[in-house]
Amino acid sequence: MSKPVELTIDGKKVTAKEGETILEAARRNGLYIPALCYLEGVSSFGGCRVCVVELKGSPRVFASCVTPVTGGMEVVTDSEKLRRYRRWAVELLLAERPHVCSVCVANGSCELQQLATELGVDHLRVDREWTDYEVDLTHERFAYDPNRCILCTRCIRVCDEVEGVHTLDLMLRGKNSKVIFDLDENWGFSRSCTSCGKCSASCPVGALYVKGKPLSEVKKKDLVSFIMERRSEK
Amino acid sequence: MAKIRLATVWLSGCSGCHMSFLDQDEKILELAGKAELVYSPIADVKDFPENVDVTLVEGAVGNEEQLQLLKKIRRNSRILVALGDCAVNGNVTALRNSLRNGDEEVLKRAYVENASLNQGVPEQVPRLLKRVLALNEVVKVDVYVPGCPPNAELISQVLNELLEGRAPVLEGRFKYG
Amino acid sequence: MKPDELRSLAQKESELRKSYRYRINVCCSSGCMPFGSLKVLSAFKDAVREFGVEEECYVARTGCVGTCSLAPAVLVEPGDYLYQNVTPEKAREIVKEHIVGGRPVKSMLYGNEAFFKKQLRIVLRNAGKIDPLRIEDYIAVGGYYALLKALTRMTPQGVIEEVALSGLKGRGGAGFLTGLKWRYVARAPGSPKYVIANLDEGDPGVFANRTLAEADPHAILEGMAIAAYAVGSQKGYIYVRSEYPLAVQTLKKAIEAARSMGVLGDNIFETSFSFDVELRLGAGAFVAGEETAILASIEGRRAMPRPRPPYPAQSGLWGKPTLINNVETLANVPVILLKGSEWFSSIGSKNCTGTKCFSLTGKVNNPGLIEVPMGITLREVVFDIGGGVAPGRRFKAVQVGGPSGGFLPEQLLDLPIDYESLTKAGAIMGSGGIVVLDDTSCMVDTAKFFTEFCVDESCGKCTPCRAGLYKLYKVLDGFTRGEGSVEDFSKVEELCEFIKEASLCGLGQTAPNPTLTTLRYFRDEYIAHLVEKRCPAGKCFGNSGGGGVE
Repeated sequence: MSKPVELTIDGKKVTAKEGETILEAARRNGLYIPALCYLEGVSSFGGCRVCVVELKGSPRVFASCVTPVTGGMEVVTDSEKLRRYRRWAVELLLAERPHVCSVCVANGSCELQQLATELGVDHLRVDREWTDYEVDLTHERFAYDPNRCILCTRCIRVCDEVEGVHTLDLMLRGKNSKVIFDLDENWGFSRSCTSCGKCSASCPVGALYVKGKPLSEVKKKDLVSFIMERRSEK
Repeated sequence: MAKIRLATVWLSGCSGCHMSFLDQDEKILELAGKAELVYSPIADVKDFPENVDVTLVEGAVGNEEQLQLLKKIRRNSRILVALGDCAVNGNVTALRNSLRNGDEEVLKRAYVENASLNQGVPEQVPRLLKRVLALNEVVKVDVYVPGCPPNAELISQVLNELLEGRAPVLEGRFKYG
Repeated sequence: MKPDELRSLAQKESELRKSYRYRINVCCSSGCMPFGSLKVLSAFKDAVREFGVEEECYVARTGCVGTCSLAPAVLVEPGDYLYQNVTPEKAREIVKEHIVGGRPVKSMLYGNEAFFKKQLRIVLRNAGKIDPLRIEDYIAVGGYYALLKALTRMTPQGVIEEVALSGLKGRGGAGFLTGLKWRYVARAPGSPKYVIANLDEGDPGVFANRTLAEADPHAILEGMAIAAYAVGSQKGYIYVRSEYPLAVQTLKKAIEAARSMGVLGDNIFETSFSFDVELRLGAGAFVAGEETAILASIEGRRAMPRPRPPYPAQSGLWGKPTLINNVETLANVPVILLKGSEWFSSIGSKNCTGTKCFSLTGKVNNPGLIEVPMGITLREVVFDIGGGVAPGRRFKAVQVGGPSGGFLPEQLLDLPIDYESLTKAGAIMGSGGIVVLDDTSCMVDTAKFFTEFCVDESCGKCTPCRAGLYKLYKVLDGFTRGEGSVEDFSKVEELCEFIKEASLCGLGQTAPNPTLTTLRYFRDEYIAHLVEKRCPAGKCFGNSGGGGVE
């Protein structure tokens, strides 16, 4: 039986479970912290840095999705500095690959697009990259456009931890990082892929998608957390 | 109160942003009462005038002519507004940036591969830039209004705020695409 | 091995050592080897035979003495006569004149006394003076005595206290108090516990850890064993770059020798303490030196850092409490136990005790590996030990801390070297790289060069480091061509702040340092590029380009 942990988030007293992260505690208490690579139901990655928060007494910022709560912790989820950092994170992701919302399958349902609106990223202060990765259309039901990938690794974690297959992983490093199927096979030729579709259902942008349908028509919200909840109830 | 001098410009874009601008319905009449349209694709003015208060620019910078025009616009405008995704970040216009020799490829597709008669790029077609540029890659931009197109309501709000001398804050109000 | 056996072996070996009138130490480390030091070694052996002085002169294959510009370097004891650029022919002459004739060959001696005078060698105490492949050499100079003392006369808590009192801080860069870290691991619940020695020295131009491993591998092993005893571990790993083949080979042989001698293995010195060490090779990523990336790599996964907490002390290798120390930190430990924390804390400055190894490179007259007391000024390092820049050239900047270290100008040269002072000035202790630049280097180009390195080495996990550094590089690249304006400076500084503050690991958190410090101390050079469209050093704008450091 784990002990409850008392902390404050934006001045509000909150009770969290031991071992819980700041983000989980905040969400369970109805407090909002923007996040992107975080996905309920799978392990946290801590890569996108959108969910950064400040902790009283520390000059640093912390990714709330991977920082465990401790007793007496004072969390600040909104400040001029945090907004500035979150804007940079979203802006850099938008500039990293050619995100063109108007012709994207995820237009209107894209989490990156929504964050840009929410955080006021109405333009880019850095040059855009116009990558020309080949779009993988070899799978009969799904497609993969690396040009829209933000390397959040949600698909990798879902494939590994929920479907249990680990078809997806990262190749290369730094800005050349790329999500691949098996040992960089085309999707349609992947021997391990079960075609379950959880990866595309978890993609926050339009990188992995169901062919022939805009994302807004594909019912997918919270699929993974729904599955995990069902499993834990068994 | 003197009317403000308003200009709208159409660079490399689909004119959708201008459609949205015109789609302000009765508000466009209110605007007409406060602003004088000194330059626009819908007004017959050849040269971009001097002393413009607010210029709305639709479209990205795709060729040399537009590059020079934009610089002139900047010199002659007090407030420069990037209107729509093409002006803000290149959008569809800039998709050719992903292609090797995108400038030649798009001309070839339009004037050679898809032409049934007189195949070949006509002389009058201005030379394309190697890369399509967003406005802020060329000049300083004062206000960004993303959207493909930005909706009429947003354009109207932004113009009103500018007319009243306020800097519009678009956080939470715009949408790319 | 029994305690008495160590003592009698040490006795025997040191008597053997004393029985020779002369000892010729030929450096055969990675620095001297490419210059033919193995041939020099055999030439010395031949010459000693030829002149019939085998009984009185011992020829040893040793590690580095630190003077890499003199390769191959040879140290003749007694008297520490250092010969430079020795060839097989010169070797014969040295034996003939110095050993047989008793007259050191002055024309071949290294003239710069200051190089050694201002140094203090604790970590490198044996470097260049013992044969790293002979454990007996190490034992002859007091090796494994500290382990014996710890195991037989001290409690684990006592060892931790001694290390804590010494004030020793982690030499890998972050400067965390070693004693405190040990205490955390010792107290952490869970077993087994692991000890990892970090030898993944990925910084370009930095070779202190490599040299240590090549010259004195047993100092690392002994430090590890003591650490393991203190925190309650039985298993250690040395994480070493596979690009260090000689260090790998040396360590491998050292581990074998230590096992067969019984200073590694079960019931060491007939106590209940057992400890063994394995080597783990990295695949050549700079970021793999980050402690959580090491954990991933040893576990067989992609070397990507993960967020802390939990710290490795609580949840490290396979989720178990793990102590990760840099090899230089560990090599300090045996000396601290033998000479005492009081002695150690009297060295260096008040808040920063002991010494630090630095790889001194760049446009400096005497490059090499040095070890200096903490608190020494940069000026002493660059001008006294390093001999300053070439005649006719002007000193411009010194980079401290490896590729993500900041550049400090002339007016900050009197800064004492310690963690706090360096960080305050925008540099870092880092892995101990010191790169000297003269007026032929362009600071904008140099900042771009080091940013590019970090772009290439970013693992790609977090946005600020992966995407942010690349954008920073692109802006700097534009600056070197005069593209951009002084108005971009605030944007660059804001981006740098985001990368520094919001990055997941130390790579991103320090990578903007070159840019920030050059913008701070050499802003006029940036302005020259952007406003006057010229490069004061004549590097950019189509002139001889390339990196800031050749």
